[in-house]
Amino acid sequence: MVNQRKIKVLVCKPGLDGHDRGAKVLARALRDAGMEVIYTGLHQTPDDIVQTVIQEDPDAIMLSMLSGAHNALCPVIMEKLKENGIDDVLVGIGGIIPDEDKTFLEKHGLKGFYGPGTELKTIVEFVKNNLKR
Amino acid sequence: MTEIDEKETLRPTKEERKKIFRNLSDIEIKRLYTSKDLDDLNFNYPMDLGEPGKFPFTRGVYPTMYRGRLWTMRQFAGFGNAQQTNQRYKFLLEHGQTGLSVAFSLHTIYGIEADDEKALGEIGKEGVSIDTLEDMETLFNGINLSKISTSMTINAPASMLLALYIVTAEKQGHTPDKLRGTIQNDILKEYIAQKSWVFPPEPSMRLIIDTIEYCTKYVPQWYTISISGYHIREAGSTAVQELAFTLADGFAYVEAAIERGFNVDEFAPRLSFFFNSHNNFFEEIAKFRAARRIWAKRMKNRYGAKKPESMRLRFHTQTAGVSLTAQEPENNIVRVTLQGLAAVLGGTQSLHTNSFDEALCLPTEKAAKIALRTQQIIAEESGVADTIDPLAGSYYVEWLTNKMEEEAEAYFEKIEELGGVIPAIKANFFQREIANASYKYQKEIENKERIIVGVNDYIQREPCSTPLLKIDEKIAQEQIQKLYKIKKTRDNKKLKEKINSLKEAARGTENLMPYIIDCVREYASIGEIINALKEVFGIYQEDSIF
Repeated sequence: MVNQRKIKVLVCKPGLDGHDRGAKVLARALRDAGMEVIYTGLHQTPDDIVQTVIQEDPDAIMLSMLSGAHNALCPVIMEKLKENGIDDVLVGIGGIIPDEDKTFLEKHGLKGFYGPGTELKTIVEFVKNNLKR
Repeated sequence: MTEIDEKETLRPTKEERKKIFRNLSDIEIKRLYTSKDLDDLNFNYPMDLGEPGKFPFTRGVYPTMYRGRLWTMRQFAGFGNAQQTNQRYKFLLEHGQTGLSVAFSLHTIYGIEADDEKALGEIGKEGVSIDTLEDMETLFNGINLSKISTSMTINAPASMLLALYIVTAEKQGHTPDKLRGTIQNDILKEYIAQKSWVFPPEPSMRLIIDTIEYCTKYVPQWYTISISGYHIREAGSTAVQELAFTLADGFAYVEAAIERGFNVDEFAPRLSFFFNSHNNFFEEIAKFRAARRIWAKRMKNRYGAKKPESMRLRFHTQTAGVSLTAQEPENNIVRVTLQGLAAVLGGTQSLHTNSFDEALCLPTEKAAKIALRTQQIIAEESGVADTIDPLAGSYYVEWLTNKMEEEAEAYFEKIEELGGVIPAIKANFFQREIANASYKYQKEIENKERIIVGVNDYIQREPCSTPLLKIDEKIAQEQIQKLYKIKKTRDNKKLKEKINSLKEAARGTENLMPYIIDCVREYASIGEIINALKEVFGIYQEDSIF
């Protein structure tokens, strides 16, 4: 049977950061590329995010962070996903993420690191090509 | 000879770089503007422009403008803890900055205490972390609050930060009537764009009108709201939307204050505005000029203002953070120069020029200094500040100014049809308009209809070598410890009484400012005050549309 299911992506704003322009633009671009997109809205705690992932069962989670809280929040999010047995979901990140933080975040299983000026199609391709299931 | 040349230039068959030229508001720009364009608009010098300092203030709000006094150079700054930011302020003042502008940490902006799990990773990252009066005293240590003007970018807890400022000044020995500054205090644009709300719109509006009422009586030199388009633009709006939505918010505040029983001339002179200055040079200048004219006309004709000060739209400008590129960041110095120049040619009262490294991190000291120097060079070397509104009478600028006004008016009608600003927010009108505009803009960049140097053209990939400012993670722990210590040493019994009185007053209709001042004086944290008010006011939830 041919798998007709759309790729399902959760676009996510962790922390207190209110800069949602990038997240919204990305959500729309992924939708225009034929994916099913859920946008969490703002101010998501790691627990909120894990709850949504359990309920929605997305193929990918795209985190958007511009406030500098990534090193504190991302490891917690990844840990809680693992605790809940979620290990087959791609977790990508974009926003203001300095190069020197990438290695640290990569160790925790994050991918992508798309900063300002990235073309949307680059991120769409990233999602398509890095799914774990 | 001249006639033939003109015909030649106007002929539409010549090959051009683009089929259609459009500015960032999607207004089609003609090849050439002539006196005919102004005739078509029934352009009338005394009615449309007038003299600087006189209605409708298109040419500027003061009769001498920058010949009298240059604009205030006010660089937005704040990071880490109060002590670090205090040092940065002293650095900026030593280098010729003329006003302070406080950037607060996100947890302060939401009124969340440093030890709350929601504050994890956020403390001191986007601005200075403030919990209690003790932090505020440190922040302004050695800076005489009766001599400087301070702008505080704070919204949901604006009344609390104003209270903290008043009590800090009181401890320095200054009465509130000596204080000069601004609280942003513009909650409507939070629902529309920046999203740092706490309470629902109605109690939020009450708090704002409370601050207006209090300042009118006791802090008469204070600007009570900075009605802000900056964040609307940063969230992705066009210039026309920024203009229209900001002024519509302004009208909503005026109407709410009139409803409280004020005469418009009692409070309107203390309202101020805050705009963005983006890449399209003439469009920005036209926007600033149109803003002044629209505001003046509306204040006079609709709200019956009599004092000229009530009709004068005074504004702060910040160059567009969103226009800064992470690619070849030094190019941002040039972008900021052009944007700053547009703000000055548009007649701004104060200006923040962004640092070139802001697409990467909070500004380093070096980058912050270059940004300040950029303003000083515009002011002292370029000659643009030597005459008032030098672009007036330009066929193009006047046409565009009128066009911006016309399109803004169309938005005002639409907002009125929706029942006003708050109903339009609840219907997601603004949010959707902005989301559509920002997606369209991004698409245009990806299709190369708009070129951003170093991003989608003239690309040269080289590793980024800009030094970055890092916030020490220790700051968060120290901030939490400081908060614990205060909570142990203050008079908790007395504070509890004050908090209870505040809650009681919040249930009624009294002005809450005196109650808030009582709480901060007893070293209540902003979070404790916000939580007390949440019990009475509830919280706001937004729809997550995209």
